Amino acid sequence: MDFTYDDEQDALREAVRGLVGKAYSDFEHRRQTVLAEPGYSEDLWRQLAEMGILGLPFAEADGGSGAGPVEVAIVAQELGRVIAPEPFLASIVLAGGLVSAVGTAEQRADVLGALSSGERLVVLAHAEPGSGRANAACEVTATQDGDSWTLTGIKEPVPHGARADQLVVSAALPGGGTGLFLVDPSADGVERTGYAAFDGTRAAKVALASAPATPLGEPGADVEGSIATVHDIARIIAGNQAVGALETALRTTTGYLTSRKQFGVTLNTFQALTFRASDMYVSLELTTSLVLWATMVLAEGDPQAVHAAAARAGLQVARASRHIGQEAIQLHGGIGVTAEYSIGSYTAHLQALEQLLGDATFHLRTLAGTVAEHGTLEPV
Amino acid sequence: MRLQLSDEDRELRDELRDFFTTKVPQEIRDDVRAGRELTRDQIVESMRVLNSAGLAVPHWPVEWGGKDWTELQRHIWHEELQAACVPVPLAFNATMIGPVIAHFGSQELKERFLPATANLDIWWSQGFSEPDAGSDLASLRTTAVRDGDHFVVNGQKTWTTLGQYGDWLFTLVRTDPDVKKQAGISMLLIDMTTPGLEVRPIQLIDGGHEVNEVWFTDVRVPAENLVGELNSGWTQAKFLLGNERVGVAPVGATKRNLARAKELAGRQLDDPLVAARFAELENELLALELTALRVVADSTDGAPHPASSVLKLKGTELQQAVSELTMDMAGPAGLASGAGDDSALPEWTHLATPTYLNLRKASIYGGSNEVQRQIIAKTILGL
Repeated sequence: MDFTYDDEQDALREAVRGLVGKAYSDFEHRRQTVLAEPGYSEDLWRQLAEMGILGLPFAEADGGSGAGPVEVAIVAQELGRVIAPEPFLASIVLAGGLVSAVGTAEQRADVLGALSSGERLVVLAHAEPGSGRANAACEVTATQDGDSWTLTGIKEPVPHGARADQLVVSAALPGGGTGLFLVDPSADGVERTGYAAFDGTRAAKVALASAPATPLGEPGADVEGSIATVHDIARIIAGNQAVGALETALRTTTGYLTSRKQFGVTLNTFQALTFRASDMYVSLELTTSLVLWATMVLAEGDPQAVHAAAARAGLQVARASRHIGQEAIQLHGGIGVTAEYSIGSYTAHLQALEQLLGDATFHLRTLAGTVAEHGTLEPV
Repeated sequence: MRLQLSDEDRELRDELRDFFTTKVPQEIRDDVRAGRELTRDQIVESMRVLNSAGLAVPHWPVEWGGKDWTELQRHIWHEELQAACVPVPLAFNATMIGPVIAHFGSQELKERFLPATANLDIWWSQGFSEPDAGSDLASLRTTAVRDGDHFVVNGQKTWTTLGQYGDWLFTLVRTDPDVKKQAGISMLLIDMTTPGLEVRPIQLIDGGHEVNEVWFTDVRVPAENLVGELNSGWTQAKFLLGNERVGVAPVGATKRNLARAKELAGRQLDDPLVAARFAELENELLALELTALRVVADSTDGAPHPASSVLKLKGTELQQAVSELTMDMAGPAGLASGAGDDSALPEWTHLATPTYLNLRKASIYGGSNEVQRQIIAKTILGL
């Protein structure tokens, strides 16, 4: 049992922090970045590619560097620390994860290679109006005609869907089950409407009308299980991103308490405020522990264990995000709800992560559904 | 980053598990599991079984019976004890006064007390808190005045847990009233049979007798029973209180109690509201246990990890929450707390509410949870 990072992992963190942390060290820069299109810095994305960050999780044969979940988690923590708006989760973890899990060798080399080099932005289009958090596709359907396939229906919200160069789209298969398809968004039959979410990140409606599509992996194969597993992986990686954001939110808040003066004294004079900051710290520590553990479970690779760990980390992260996010704003007072000051955007971004990958009720339902089967939980 | 225990640690865990579940009398472990009050004899017997195998005081110096274990190994020992329903070695002996004597005591005091303390031949009681010195312990007023070869002690202590069983009392007394309050305190060891010392029971809301007042009227204590230097008691008190790092959060016992509550729940677990409460508590407990592991893993230099306060705070909250859930599951049967053996209701329902009421103490003792919040705010967050 060891919670420490090795030297190479520390070096990776330093490198990512040196790039991303530095780029967004001034919150105003993040604010201006999300105000302009495409909602993130293409320049920074390219630099991340050059540094090898975008190819971290993919096999070397597919153009990546074959690093493990712990390394990916470190990147996510650093992105979270500055709430970087870059599409790491939507493209590298979700879309890349599915191409990696399902794609043919040729598709993997092509898509993951282009993703790793930053040459192509590939994102996952899975959520549909009314589908909730189902792993299966519902209203978007695939039609086969000989060797060619087309997709019809609406995907929304699709993170970074308007900027994407290629889409990985889930669709209900004619023979039942859910398949994944590569879609060129510039093709006829694809209409995209992009918009900014409340945290500045981008999403889109993608309307498909007999849009040409290429099956990812074996045509007609049901890959709902892979969609579920990659979402579980994304939950754990997003948990790391949240931990980074939660740390900054707490540090920003304590910094404010020691500098802001009211009634002639700094706010940390008031125990009513400092005790609440202490409770935020408790939330953060517990969350960090559970997320690091889930990351180690992910590194072990058993999908069943990963599913449970994702729900556990997801529940804890969601609870802490609400607790710390809400208290961080409250302890700041009015400035906490302004767009100009950073703290409110942290709360917003934490909320966006939750909406993308599951709130407390969702995860608690998963855990409560199997509660009779849990013995005493042994973390090691 | 690694999930598994090392081979060495896993072997140790298996050995401990085997010892605890085969050598400590089943009847004692059954009583712990059921949440029944233990007798003095049971606590003594259990600690002696552990001590006979060198497992009662592993965190003491090796020459006095300790094991040269890592923090993680001590943690494993502590968790396995609780998982096996073995009574944790009497804290007053094993984690409080023993390490203080080993660290500050004269060679004579060590030889006189440490072997008997490890074997529970002496049952120690704690005389720290006073009616006007609770969280503000340094305000204590019990005096010890030097008179020849003795100190003469007058005053009153309170919250002396299991003092009715005590042989000896380790106590903080004021030996210099004219200096800053922390600088005038000394630690004295007092034979509880000394004339002038009286133990009076305090009745608690659960109907039990667990804590006591201790009154001193001209109690004469030999001067050689002073631990360390005169007026250095505050240093020893801080050492003692900071020494509870391993085991500050009763994670193992709370986990065991939650698992047992789930067994007792039966059909109630089909109720989604009940299932959600269990699932939520299990998750928080897992997060706490992992935090405890992070704390012990990071405490290799021997200095207390500041996050120890998190363990005390959250650990006692969860301990209380599990007792609350158990009580809620008992429902109306919980009223039968006074029922005898002929009750038609299961024993656990009799115990559920008194246990819940009793455990309100957990967020108060050992540095109240408000004191822990203060520590976090000041020492960790710099507020």
